[in-house]
Amino acid sequence: MSKKLLLKDAHIEGIRYFDTYRKQGGYEAVEKALKMSSEEIVEAVKASGLRGRGGAGFPTGLKWSFLAKPEGVPRYLVVNADESEPGTFKDRYLMEFLPHILIEGMIISSFALGANTAYIYIRGEYSWIPDILEEAIEEARNNGFLGKNILGTGFDCEIYVQRGAGAYICGEETALLESLEGKRGNPRLKPPFPAVKGLWESPTVVNNVETIAAVVPIINIGAAEYAKIGVGKSTGTKLISACGNINKPGVYEIDMTITVEEFIYSDEYCGGIPNGKKLKACIPGGSSVPILPANLMLKTINGEPRLMNYESLSDGGFATGTMMGSGGFEVLDEDQCIVEHTMTLARFYAHESCGQCTPCREGTPWMYKILKKINSGEGRMEDIDLLWDVQRKIEGNTICPLGDAAAWPVAAAIRHFRDEFEWHINNPELAQTQNYGLAGYADPIPVPAANI
Amino acid sequence: MSTEIKKFKITIDGQTTEVMPGTSILEAARQIGGKSVPPAMCYYKPLESSGGRCRTCLVEVSKGSESDPRPMPKLVASCRTGVMDGMEVKNLTSEKTQEGRKAVTEFLLVNHPLDCPICDQAGECHLQDLGYEHGVQATRTDFERRTFEPEDIGPYIKLHMNRCILCARCVLAANQLTEEREHGILFRGDHAEISTYLNKALDNDFIGNVIDVCPVGALTDRTARFASRVWFTKPMNATCNCGKCAGKAVLWMKGDEIVRVTARKDQYDEVEDWICNECRFERKDLSQWTIEGPRHISRHSVISLNHYQKPADEHTLLNNSHAKEISTADDQRTEK
Repeated sequence: MSKKLLLKDAHIEGIRYFDTYRKQGGYEAVEKALKMSSEEIVEAVKASGLRGRGGAGFPTGLKWSFLAKPEGVPRYLVVNADESEPGTFKDRYLMEFLPHILIEGMIISSFALGANTAYIYIRGEYSWIPDILEEAIEEARNNGFLGKNILGTGFDCEIYVQRGAGAYICGEETALLESLEGKRGNPRLKPPFPAVKGLWESPTVVNNVETIAAVVPIINIGAAEYAKIGVGKSTGTKLISACGNINKPGVYEIDMTITVEEFIYSDEYCGGIPNGKKLKACIPGGSSVPILPANLMLKTINGEPRLMNYESLSDGGFATGTMMGSGGFEVLDEDQCIVEHTMTLARFYAHESCGQCTPCREGTPWMYKILKKINSGEGRMEDIDLLWDVQRKIEGNTICPLGDAAAWPVAAAIRHFRDEFEWHINNPELAQTQNYGLAGYADPIPVPAANI
Repeated sequence: MSTEIKKFKITIDGQTTEVMPGTSILEAARQIGGKSVPPAMCYYKPLESSGGRCRTCLVEVSKGSESDPRPMPKLVASCRTGVMDGMEVKNLTSEKTQEGRKAVTEFLLVNHPLDCPICDQAGECHLQDLGYEHGVQATRTDFERRTFEPEDIGPYIKLHMNRCILCARCVLAANQLTEEREHGILFRGDHAEISTYLNKALDNDFIGNVIDVCPVGALTDRTARFASRVWFTKPMNATCNCGKCAGKAVLWMKGDEIVRVTARKDQYDEVEDWICNECRFERKDLSQWTIEGPRHISRHSVISLNHYQKPADEHTLLNNSHAKEISTADDQRTEK
């Protein structure tokens, strides 16, 4: 049984309300933290080994320590709740059922950063959650945990909820800041980084919902205890949103020592694949991370069991590994068609590109059109190489990571499932009416040695 | 006591220069000059916050700085990346840079039609130059390009979105030069387009400058569009008494007729003095202008094809019977 830190009280009825949350020990971390110095909190977060849960996995304490502290300039904490990556819905769960753990984490983090104003930037499609958050903020304020002179410590803090208009790019931290300032959500060029010039040109820390929520157990149980959970540089617990061809889709809290196989097949988590179908592939970290075929997903290139943590999932680099990403775990069974699946993702990224920089604006729709052509049986063999070349030319040449996010799934699909692309080209009549998986070609494909 | 600011040393393609802190790599390259200057389709020095979008100025930073000599992992946009002391940059000497630029050129030409023979910007187009230097003979895309109907956005300007590369220079120019924000980018991704707010026209006093900043032929002057190929006209520096702007312009002449009026631009095609609509669109009579003299045009520019500045004229001044042979030999030497 995995250790639960964030979701331990999620089953309690009424936990979304202040009184119930408080009875379970809620806001004790705030009381404890406000007796510490802000440096001590930053050090505790550093010592805990907490890594950003939004996708990049950058050490949170280190990020906090980069925050510029010029005299007389306000600092801001911005919580990135623009959870728009296909397959990722873990923050939604936290905000909907445990809003107070986020508020509590924000108060502690704001105190640590010297920020008196914090924002939650939430995606527009989560239309009902801002009301839940605002209600929780109001409750916290009424109980003296927000507003002026919190708990008589002299610390002031206000939290505001800002709804996005529904653009994936606004999940990129600088585009988010632009949007928060009321402008078109285009990413900014870095440097300067938000830690130096962020919201309204002031030093700003942008963190994911889960990251900020994780600050609460770090203060409650102590950094050392938190760091003991997990393995290597993957400390603490991680929320995973599991979906696709599994018996029990949902949000799970794991302690990053479990294997991928255990996560997919055990009853505690995904409960296996419906109708006893075979596992074909997985995307473990949200749609932008590379897809891996079953054999590489379950075992690393050295034949060791692949673990559900940052290091193990990325073992082998892009050739044989993938990424933890945001924890959007998607499972594909043998009936699924990788070409069609990749095309769907490519369509999403083409649609969501902000259009600011050339490779992303022109390259992502180009990839989608080629994939559409191949998927419908109208492709030529050279289209596969063209597709490979186009993704390679997008990657690394764009302003923000959306270009990479669009290129990686395509690259991984071609690298590991080239046979399926070729099948679509060699069987145009079949490709028009059915997909590769349902046509009976779904045996997991061995990875050619040359590609490893 | 004077405080001396320590300049940063930067090496681009093996050529070293010193620049003030805060200078971008592109501006440092311009200080060196020559072929080490990366191309720029969206960066425009007179416009604040321009650059970073088109990615044509990507360069490889092979040494970050003296204190942190690690190379930068990705190509960087030279127009928006600040110089560090001891930085080493590869532009022409980097295969990675050239490959990246070629990729960007190909992406730009996915939707931009190669209609230079009919485009009004032919001969003055940076994308044409970029395509010539980094493009390939055949396109690898067989998909239909996005198409739009040409649109009159006001009494003076016609927009043809087919050719637009969304560099946003015109949007920045309009925002920064004029009093009202009247147009911008609508939609996103490859659906994005430049347009005005509903039923609005671009008609304020300085809006004509958006035509000059457009690097391709998307925005054209309705009083002069398609009146003549640029290489058939003669550019003359001229001034006029204008209450709104400095009145310094270039008249593009065909005989005694003023075909069009533009602002004066430097060697990187960046406007030196913004001009008002009256100078640009309404002063087409020679009597309204004082001609300063012919404008210098680079010998390599297609505009010089009409041989406005004839080197032969200089040679004829030589007072010897072999002048003709000398001038021919000179030309051959220059060509080499």
